[in-house]
Amino acid sequence: MALLEVKDLKVRVEEREILHGLTLTVNEGEVHAIMGPNGSGKSTLSHVIAGKPGYEVTDGQILFKGEDLLEMDPNERAAKGVFLAFQYPVEIPGVATMTFLRTALNAQRKARGESEYSTPDFLRKVREVSKSLNIPQDMLKRGVNVGFSGGEKKRNEVLQMALFEPSLCILDEMDSGLDIDALRIAADGVNALRSPKRAMVVITHYQRLLNYIVPDVVHVMSKGRVVKSGGKELALELEASGYAQFEDAA
Amino acid sequence: MNVAVAKTGNGRAVSDLFASAEGRLPGSPSVIAVRREAFETYERLGLPHRRIEEWKYTDLRALVGEVLPLAASPDAAALKRAADAIKAHAIAGARKLVLVDGVFVADLSDVKALASEAGLRTLREALEKDAGLLEAAATDAVIALNAALATDGVVLSIADGAQLSAPIQIIHIATASSASAFSRSQIAVGNGARATIIESFVAAGAKAYQVNDAVIVSVGDNADVAHIRLLDDAPDAVNVTSQFVTVGANTKLNFFNMTTGAAVSRLQGFITLAGEGSDLSINGVNLLQKTEHGDTTLVVDHAVPNCVSREVFRAVIDDRAHSVFQGRIIVRPDAQKTDGKMMTRALLLSDEAEADNKPELEIFADDVSCGHGATAGALDDSLLFYLKARGLPEKQAQALLIQAFVGEAIEQIADDGLREHVIGIAERWLERRQ
Ligand SMILES: Nc1ncnc2c1ncn2[C@@H]1O[C@H](COP(=O)(O)OP(=O)(O)O)[C@@H](O)[C@H]1O
Ligand SMILES: [Mg+2]
Repeated sequence: MALLEVKDLKVRVEEREILHGLTLTVNEGEVHAIMGPNGSGKSTLSHVIAGKPGYEVTDGQILFKGEDLLEMDPNERAAKGVFLAFQYPVEIPGVATMTFLRTALNAQRKARGESEYSTPDFLRKVREVSKSLNIPQDMLKRGVNVGFSGGEKKRNEVLQMALFEPSLCILDEMDSGLDIDALRIAADGVNALRSPKRAMVVITHYQRLLNYIVPDVVHVMSKGRVVKSGGKELALELEASGYAQFEDAA
Repeated sequence: MNVAVAKTGNGRAVSDLFASAEGRLPGSPSVIAVRREAFETYERLGLPHRRIEEWKYTDLRALVGEVLPLAASPDAAALKRAADAIKAHAIAGARKLVLVDGVFVADLSDVKALASEAGLRTLREALEKDAGLLEAAATDAVIALNAALATDGVVLSIADGAQLSAPIQIIHIATASSASAFSRSQIAVGNGARATIIESFVAAGAKAYQVNDAVIVSVGDNADVAHIRLLDDAPDAVNVTSQFVTVGANTKLNFFNMTTGAAVSRLQGFITLAGEGSDLSINGVNLLQKTEHGDTTLVVDHAVPNCVSREVFRAVIDDRAHSVFQGRIIVRPDAQKTDGKMMTRALLLSDEAEADNKPELEIFADDVSCGHGATAGALDDSLLFYLKARGLPEKQAQALLIQAFVGEAIEQIADDGLREHVIGIAERWLERRQ
């Protein structure tokens, strides 16, 4: 079943069109990779799906589980199961990570009409996931992402993903700024979350990440459009030949 | 001013306000004479207004208009309401001293528990001897009015070397609507003493009342004092408080003030660092909504060398509320090596919120390090979006960020139970804006 349907999406930022009619369909259980050069609009797409203000959708639509995503506030989208792992997770001084995790999880559950997580269940779950992601407990006591290294910030995004159990995970440049070991830990965390009910969109500039998170479908994005789609071998092809050929096509 | 003026036998003008209160005011005839003089000062000056420099952002004539008649002495029903209010506002483990509508109520206070650790009298008792406690700098009209009409207060003395085993909480409870309460207290902390003193202002069902409080604090040498003031009055109340603080040598004084109530509030603090090597830290928090007006005006006077003063004032201003911070640091000619800094940080939650900030440095010594800074702005959009993208509705996302902003000040409170209590008050303020 189609989980995410982006249809002929046109998006402007400050009067300039960035996405020029982008179409993308992601089914339940699938892992899609979106590859493309810097500035091709990958982060813009992820932000529009998550509901970040400042983007004007001038045409097209985004359906999530058949519902119009663009009509929903960002928090409603999160509660429905959309999760964006940010390229640059922000630091929030003074908001303890544990408080944040619990508040967010319970806000999502409340929006879905579910009961709040009990404290022991919550703690057990956080401990379990953070252990598998090699996140020390004292990191969770600090402000959200405050003083975290690049790798720790990305692992904290994966931790949230595991905790919130979204049905759509969008990972924006999860590999940027990570060394191989950190990348492997984060990728293992993501792979553990693959499931027949959950889809993932892995946005990356480099093929490297896709050695660890192997996609079912690869899309090439250039100048605000998907210009080619194929199987995982497309990523290797790109690695060998570069994006130049597609820039002409776009 | 709507005070009706009556002529007395000797031709001097004494208004109904004083005349009607006189029978209830404690003190010998000589004390009453001091009060009468203070009242005349008040009458001459009238309520402060914007053309008086110190009051230019807080025009009491425009904001308050008139001084309400003195609240009656609390009756049994009022005391019952006060007792209920105490349950909600008392800090666990603290020793309570309760003033109801400006009158000390021993039955609601922990007089016995306190007796072994601190000396306690009431203002009423102190005034049986002389008018000393009424004589603090009555050049300001509201201070003069306080001297004229103060009905009661606590006179606390903490002996040299005393280490208080529990905080002392002075709770001002308003039970009378459309009336005013005048209180004046003294807190004297001896050399080498360690104490935590809290002042709470709350309402027990009262509406549209006025509080005029004065506090005279003296701290000796080598002392360690935490002084916390929590103004959580009814949303339509007025609270004007004047503090006179003198600090000895090598002493640590942490003052924390949080305003979460009152339609109009003004805290004016006059703090003198009178002994070398002392460390003064002031954290102010104004949480204002609707059309509330909150003013904190502080004068920190470095009279001697080698003291440090730090003032950090935070304001969270919603709707059409108005926050005022006026901070003056005076460095006297002898006060070399003074390190005095103040910082104001305003968080504006609405386009119509207003923050006024007036820092002043009056430096008469040449080897000092003094400065001030200010920031003002809205909540960070990128942080808000991150939280919303994780499922938090707008107001809840704002609340987390506001708590973080205010938390930096609240963190300075060392006592765990007290800190939790203060966090609770801030959370209730946040709930009121949901
Ligand atoms: N907030 C913004 N204001 C102006 N231009 C923007 C903004 N965000 C993105 N852009 C522009 O949109 C284009 C696509 O950016 P982005 O989506 O970040 O690409 P990618 O993630 O593929 O590197 C770039 O040309 C970038 O400069
Ligand atoms: Mg990007």
